[in-house]
Order: sequence, then C-alpha cells, then structure tokens
Amino acid sequence: MSDTEVLQVVEATVESTDVELVEEDLLVEDVSIDGMCGVY
Amino acid sequence: MLSLHPQVSVRPEPFGALLYHFGTRRLSFLKDRRLLDVVQRLDGSTSVEDALTAVPEKERPAFRRALSTLEETGMLA
Amino acid sequence: MKLVEHFKAGLDAPICLTWELTYACNLACLHCLSSSGRRDPRELSTAEAKAVIDELQRMQVFYVNIGGGEPTVRSDFWELVDYATAHQVGVKFSTNGVRIDAEVAARLAASDYVDVQVSLDGATAEVNDAVRGAGSYDMALRALGHLRDAGFRDAKISVVCTRHNIGQLDAFKALADSFGATLRLTRLRPSGRGADVWDDLHPLPHQQKELYDWLVAHGEDVLTGDSFFHLSAFGSSLPGLNLCGAGRVVCLIDPVGDVYACPFAIHDEFLAGNVRSPGGFASVWRDSELFATLREPQSGGACASCSFYDSCQGGCMAAKFFTGLPLDGPDPECVQGYGELALVGAGAAPKPSGDHSHRGGVRGGPVPVTIGTRPCVESPV
Repeated sequence: MSDTEVLQVVEATVESTDVELVEEDLLVEDVSIDGMCGVY
Repeated sequence: MLSLHPQVSVRPEPFGALLYHFGTRRLSFLKDRRLLDVVQRLDGSTSVEDALTAVPEKERPAFRRALSTLEETGMLA
Repeated sequence: MKLVEHFKAGLDAPICLTWELTYACNLACLHCLSSSGRRDPRELSTAEAKAVIDELQRMQVFYVNIGGGEPTVRSDFWELVDYATAHQVGVKFSTNGVRIDAEVAARLAASDYVDVQVSLDGATAEVNDAVRGAGSYDMALRALGHLRDAGFRDAKISVVCTRHNIGQLDAFKALADSFGATLRLTRLRPSGRGADVWDDLHPLPHQQKELYDWLVAHGEDVLTGDSFFHLSAFGSSLPGLNLCGAGRVVCLIDPVGDVYACPFAIHDEFLAGNVRSPGGFASVWRDSELFATLREPQSGGACASCSFYDSCQGGCMAAKFFTGLPLDGPDPECVQGYGELALVGAGAAPKPSGDHSHRGGVRGGPVPVTIGTRPCVESPV
C-alpha cells in the first residue's frame, strides 16, 4: 500500500467517542496563528 | 512518498517541535520529539512504515494518526 | 501535556510578535493603544531594524505583526517588509489604509508572505469616523477595494469592539464578505489613549454577552486574536488558545527598540529591555527579569476560588493594570461582575509611559467628548 493508502485506512478506523481523551492522545495539535493574545 | 512541505519551518522545542507553514499560515505542535524524528525521516524516499521502525509497535497507531493529520494540513506532502 | 501548558512556561523564542515600527501616524484615533501621532526621534534606523530581523530569523520567530502608529509612513517600510520575507520572517501589517493604492495593492497581491490588516471601527462612516476621524472610513474602504481589485487574497478587517459598534457585528461581517476579506474583532483595552475614553467606549455588560453569543455562532469564520478569552467564562471557550501570551509566546518591540510584554502594556512596569542593549532582542527575550516572572506558574490570586478561573485565566493583565486593579484579581470586565466590584476600591489608574499623540489636532480628527481640540493640521512625519 502507498503511504496515502496506509493513512486513509487509519482514518477510516479511528473513532472518537470521548473528544477530550482523544485530544490528550493526539501527538499533533493545530494552533491558529491568530490565536494567541498579545499581538494585534 | 511523503516529505515535509518546502514552505514548512521546523523549530525543535524541549517538548517536541513547532511546525509553521509559511504558505498556509498554519502552526502545528508536535508533542513528542520522536514524532519529529519520524517526520524528519520522511525525506521523499522513505515510506511511513520504514520511518516508524524506531517507534514501539503499540505506539505506532498514534503516530500514524499524527502523520495523517500533518498530511491533511499540508505540512507533509 | 497540552500545548497551552507548555506555552505558559514560555518558549525559547516568540512564535510571533508585534513590532511597532513608528509612533508617527496620519490619524489620531481616540483609543490608540500606543498613543501614536508624532514620530519619536529615537526611532530604530533602517540598519537597526534589519539587525532585529536578522535576530528574529536566527531565533525562528515565524512572523511579525507590524504596526505603529501607521507603519506605512516610514520611508523604509517596503524595504523592511521585503527584508523580513527574504529572511524567513512572515509579515502581517496593520494599516489605516493611507498608502494602499492600486499599485501597492498589486505589489502585495504578488507576494505570498505578506498579510494585510485594515483597521476599521464602524460599519458606517458615522460610527467609524467618530473614533478614527473624518475620512478614515472612506480611506479604509478604498484600501480594501484596491486589495480586492488587485486579487489580494484574504485581507483582514480588524475592528476594536466598542459600545457604539457592537450593534453592527452583522454589518461588519457583510462588509468583510463584500471585500473577500476576513473579519477580525478585537478587544478594547484601557491602554494608551484608550484609558481616556475607556469609560465612554468599553462595552456594557449586556453587550459583552451579545458579542460572546455572536462569536460562538460564527466560530472560526471570524478571528479574534484570542483577545476575548475573558468572555469564555460565559460558557464554552471561544476558539483560540485562551491564553495571555505576553512575555511567554509573544511580545512587543516598539519604535525605539523597547521590548514590552505586550502592545497593550506600554509602561515601565512591563518593560523587559531594549534591542539596542549588547545581547540584542534575543537576550531580552531569554534573560529579562520581567519575562521570567511572567513565565512562573500563576496562582490566580483572588480569582483562584472562582469556578470560571480555568477558562478566563483572570483576564487581561493590561486591562487590570490600566484601570488601577491588582494583577492577581479580576479583570475590570469580568463577566461574573467581580471586576466592577473591585473597581470601586481601585487605586488611581497608572498613565502610559509615553505619549506621542499629536499636539493640538489633526484636521478632521475625531473630537473627544470631554476634551476640546484646537483645529490645526499636524504632519505625522
């Protein structure tokens, strides 16, 4: 399988029932570059 | 084969790394230094599974999820 | 550990920072956070500014929010923007639109690494110009039109929310949509000249709730620069980090090279150092006593026992400071009402450290309710 196919299979099987728990598990967190106070 | 998008700047941090994509203005936070190592092994000629060989088997699903997210957000292409 | 916890302890370099290039400005907005108007003769030179950019590149600061005053009135503005983007530092600049003509808009549309934020504080000229001066509404819309016509993508319209414009949120959104721009709503702080008009302009309690509900309804379609995390105590958190980044993730470099924790805190109390010192900006960021203090774990003080402290984090340091409130207590606009109570016993509000306001008036400038101005034209340069 190509890398993309591997990752697509992973996506299809991931289910999140408890959002908070999953968030803690996630190794990647996305942050909005506009999302921190102290710049205008 | 996946590799870091050329417009992505990688800033290692004690706790992991910050990835900033100059094109999309997105900022991603890698929470594990080992994930940074995996990402840096993806040089366009290494497969995901080969890049994960240093990661214990039971942790690999979480790493695969992370790589999937990075691909979705354009950090990996 | 969540990202926010790492950020609270401070990073080795800012993620981004605000850089006020000049105190000169063609306008005289009533609420100006930097009390801008007149150029300061001690401004960083072009060479000094480039040295700062070199440092930011070495530290991997991802981008700078360039403002002022009106940054485009600096004759080396474009040289510095080009220098930054050529050295891996992205640029977003904030402007009242004065120099954004068709030619400039075309140049911006051709660049991938420059973002533009046009300031506007009313969806109508009547509301806007009362704060920003006669003609400022038209000037902003002209700039936005040029950007749209040149094919510039995703300009921002940045609004400071006041008592007089919270009723115009839908109109602001429609305006932004008509220009293909993203709307950004930000919080008024009692900083700079903002202190003089705070009592008249800050939103009323019911308006805060109205704003919160509107922001929740619009989700990530509208930006806030994370400036409303004090409203998170109304219910679920707004998008963003809900964190004060001052001295930990972001900071301000002012036109004379002073480094402050935040652009809303231009006061000696929040002065960390100066980029002209031997170790430059990097040593100020890493070694200043002020920033070390800000990076220590915060206890919450008087707010610690409140059930909403986790979401509001005690609100905005600058808002507390410039209304004479203690930093370890409630925000003056605490949505639970604790701020109002605290203000009753508050000490005298500190004055900002500098005042670069125009003396006399600016032609067509806004006339504050309580202070008269002599009609007089003053060049910002």
